[in-house]
Amino acid sequence: MNLDSFLLMRHEMVLTIITLMVLIADLSFNEEKKIKVIWLATALFAINTIIGFLPNISGNLFGNMYKNTDLQWTMKNILNLGVLVVLLQSVEWLKSADNKYKISEFYLLVFSTLIGMQFMISSGSFLMLYLGLELATIPMAALAAYDRYRHHSAEAGIKLILSAAMSSAVLLLGITLIYGTTGSTYFDVVALKYANIPLQTLAFIFFFSGMAFKISLVPFHLWTADVYEGAPVNVTSYLSVISKGASAFILIIVLFTVFNSISMIWKPLLYIISVLTMTIGNLFAIRQQNMKRFLAFSSIAQAGFILLGIIGASSIGMTSVVYFVFVYIFSNLGAFGVVSVIYYKTQKENMDDYNGLYHTNPKLSLIMMLALFSLAGIPPVAGYFGKFFLFTAAASSGYYWLVFIAVLNATISLYYYLLVVKAMFINKSETPIAYFKTDVPAKIALSICVLGIFFIGFFSIIYQYLESISFGI
Amino acid sequence: MDILSLFVIIPILTVIGIMITKDAKQTRVISAIGMGLQLILAAYLVYAYLSARQAGDLAEMLFRADYVWYANLNIHYAVGVDGISVAMIALTSIVVFAGIFASWQVEFLPKEFFISLILLSGGVFGFFISLDLFTMFLFYEVAVIPMYLLIGIWGSGPKEYAAMKLTLMLMGGSALLLVGLLGIYTNSAPDGGPLTFNILEIAKVNIPIEAQRMFFPMTFVGFGILGALFPFHTWSPDGHASAPTAVSMLHAGVLMKLGGYGAFRVAIFLLPEAAHELSWIFIILTSISVVYGAFGAIVQKDLKYINAYSSVSHCGLVLFAVLMMNKTAMDGAILQMISHGLMTALFFALIGMIYGRTHTRMINEMGGLMKVMPFLGVAYVIAGLASLGLPGLSGFVAEMTIFFGAFQHVDVFHRVVTIVAVSSIVITAVYILRVVGALLFGPIKNDHFLHLEDAKWFEKLSTVTLILAIAAIGIAPFWLSTMIGDSLQPIIDKLTVIIP
Repeated sequence: MNLDSFLLMRHEMVLTIITLMVLIADLSFNEEKKIKVIWLATALFAINTIIGFLPNISGNLFGNMYKNTDLQWTMKNILNLGVLVVLLQSVEWLKSADNKYKISEFYLLVFSTLIGMQFMISSGSFLMLYLGLELATIPMAALAAYDRYRHHSAEAGIKLILSAAMSSAVLLLGITLIYGTTGSTYFDVVALKYANIPLQTLAFIFFFSGMAFKISLVPFHLWTADVYEGAPVNVTSYLSVISKGASAFILIIVLFTVFNSISMIWKPLLYIISVLTMTIGNLFAIRQQNMKRFLAFSSIAQAGFILLGIIGASSIGMTSVVYFVFVYIFSNLGAFGVVSVIYYKTQKENMDDYNGLYHTNPKLSLIMMLALFSLAGIPPVAGYFGKFFLFTAAASSGYYWLVFIAVLNATISLYYYLLVVKAMFINKSETPIAYFKTDVPAKIALSICVLGIFFIGFFSIIYQYLESISFGI
Repeated sequence: MDILSLFVIIPILTVIGIMITKDAKQTRVISAIGMGLQLILAAYLVYAYLSARQAGDLAEMLFRADYVWYANLNIHYAVGVDGISVAMIALTSIVVFAGIFASWQVEFLPKEFFISLILLSGGVFGFFISLDLFTMFLFYEVAVIPMYLLIGIWGSGPKEYAAMKLTLMLMGGSALLLVGLLGIYTNSAPDGGPLTFNILEIAKVNIPIEAQRMFFPMTFVGFGILGALFPFHTWSPDGHASAPTAVSMLHAGVLMKLGGYGAFRVAIFLLPEAAHELSWIFIILTSISVVYGAFGAIVQKDLKYINAYSSVSHCGLVLFAVLMMNKTAMDGAILQMISHGLMTALFFALIGMIYGRTHTRMINEMGGLMKVMPFLGVAYVIAGLASLGLPGLSGFVAEMTIFFGAFQHVDVFHRVVTIVAVSSIVITAVYILRVVGALLFGPIKNDHFLHLEDAKWFEKLSTVTLILAIAAIGIAPFWLSTMIGDSLQPIIDKLTVIIP
């Protein structure tokens, strides 16, 4: 291990160092000073994000087990940005009396999962992928159960760990079969030996099911709503944005590089799953009253849209997926940011509670509306561009009917997003949420989101950069 | 900076201006200044366009500007206008200008109201100047979405229901449209080469007929929903009835024209073979729109519903004419769009003003209003006469041209549907005269009406602007007709290759 290889995996290395620093700080600070861990961790992570953006070095490590190209570099940076926003949104929540003794745990767990995701993205072998996956999953369950005295939170943790264990088992079985039929766990070797034979197809399906759990595709989505509702808001936003985005990144890389020879098998499969995911996610979202559950189901539906780009299977498809996730991070974190700010000020998280919000808290309502419009894909905000490119990717591969179903679903999703807009702008309320001041870190986080939502679409350079690093089958 | 982009930039600047204003008065003034500038700019554009043509500029589109936006997908920000778009832009700026003054008295959240209204108009302007399907669709959606807030917040009656219905139906339409546009895009280079969203580029290639058959219905219905194509017109009566005055004006006057404009600029121009093959289905649907809308208007008692159904009928006539696919009928279609846009905007403005005084829109509760508010009464009569096609006003020119063009087809089918559609003229006369009679003449039914004031200055300004425009078209249709006729030529040339 020399300096070059350190630089090659700097995302993971710097993050590991930061994690250790937070741990040491937690040990050395006394009771009163513990709260300073928040600033330390956030500042360190901000530095990490900046370091991440320094020019990339491509290369392989550990005999192709670890790969880093511009694509991976970009994906990790996108995740870093998202996590930074989540951390800023969490500041106020962590300051509350309940969390006084477990502040640093939050950061440790978040950073560990992030390291796991980054290893997953960079993995060049199924073993590395699996290691990353577990590192990204198990601390996540602890995060979901972070409010351990709240019944729902503990329940969410248990649900997450059980379903994650289940999906890992299925995934491992898939990997075993892949190893059994090809004699290797390395992506490049497996890719060469993969063909349309029954056992390998079966192996793929097991592997895919395991991944589908992580992205919560239908029919592997049932854990999502309960976990999202039970977990603390900021953990939910982390789960539904960062974790899902990372899994989507990995799925597309693996499908395009390892399983490209059996694309005629996974395309129809993804087609059906995409239609089911969008439709079921949407239909359930319509009925939700709890904002967290509402966003949970809407994020299931969004995952269905991501599959459109994967099915497109072209370089435009991959570009659009990465771009969509990038946009989705800002839009969904914007929405979750507002929900969390309101929740920690007022303990309210039902849609009815938002009635008349515009008259008391106009700025928050506007941000929420922007974020929801972006999720629904209304121009001129970024979500429109994200969706449009996904549709273009699918249409240029000839999947017009899939695009049609997707656009119809986008219309359905507009309905329930508008319900929230209606609550905030049109409905009257006897007891609206009173005016309050948003804390500064959350303000910064929301501003980042708004900037992202507003401007990403207009600057085509982002999309073009992504195109230059993407590849198709 | 090209002149056309100004049409999008001015609304944006106006919106920013409104954001920093302090009270309702400043908001109104800024909006009026912004949209006044827009009107002047539109007048200048008409002048510039005509003088460019006079000077012998024969290019298909003038004032073009083209900036690459997303290079890898060949998406451009491309603008350019021909006579038709210039006419539509002029129409839009007149209606928006009148709309600002018609909503002078909005008291509830005035800032937000004007911001949404002007954003909407920005979307419409952007749509008409676009030459690139991507930007065109973008502006189309920008124009639709503020409608939800405008109706939902400032509307009347079952406004939440109406707003949701309208938004979802129009967005459902844009779902079809988006697939259609993507289909056109992916087939825009059948001989290889880069795909393109540029309308003029696509018009040069022949899209394979199988693709045309698939995407023509999608594109046409997508635009048709906005143009109140039967049976997708149901959003229109509810939406118009619940919307605040200026929004009804803008929506019936301009936004529904996006449907007609898109139908011929995109659906028929780019997919002509399929349009020719499948036009019979849509001709039947549109003639139902025309007659059904007119009959619908007869039985309504609410002034706004009457007008909304009448819009269904008139906008149906636009689509009907477009589908006739010959020069005269299409010429009529454009005239009808402009004429109906002005006239219906006038109608909705007057209804809003009358409602603001009488607090009812039911015609059986009103009567004799001509005695108490002669200005509004006379204006209403003028709008009515234009609507039923009195010679000398804009409606006559448009409808005559359409039916004349439609009757040029010699086959039985086209003649029969034309005769069916012509019957709407009579029905229109029935409901217009009935309303005028019941509303303006006869005894005054309510003592409270005796003390009503006539129009205020801003209302007069709004009304006079629209009436002048209507009369101008009616008296001197030829310059507008030439402007449109020249611009229709490329479309007609393309169609004559296909249609014997």
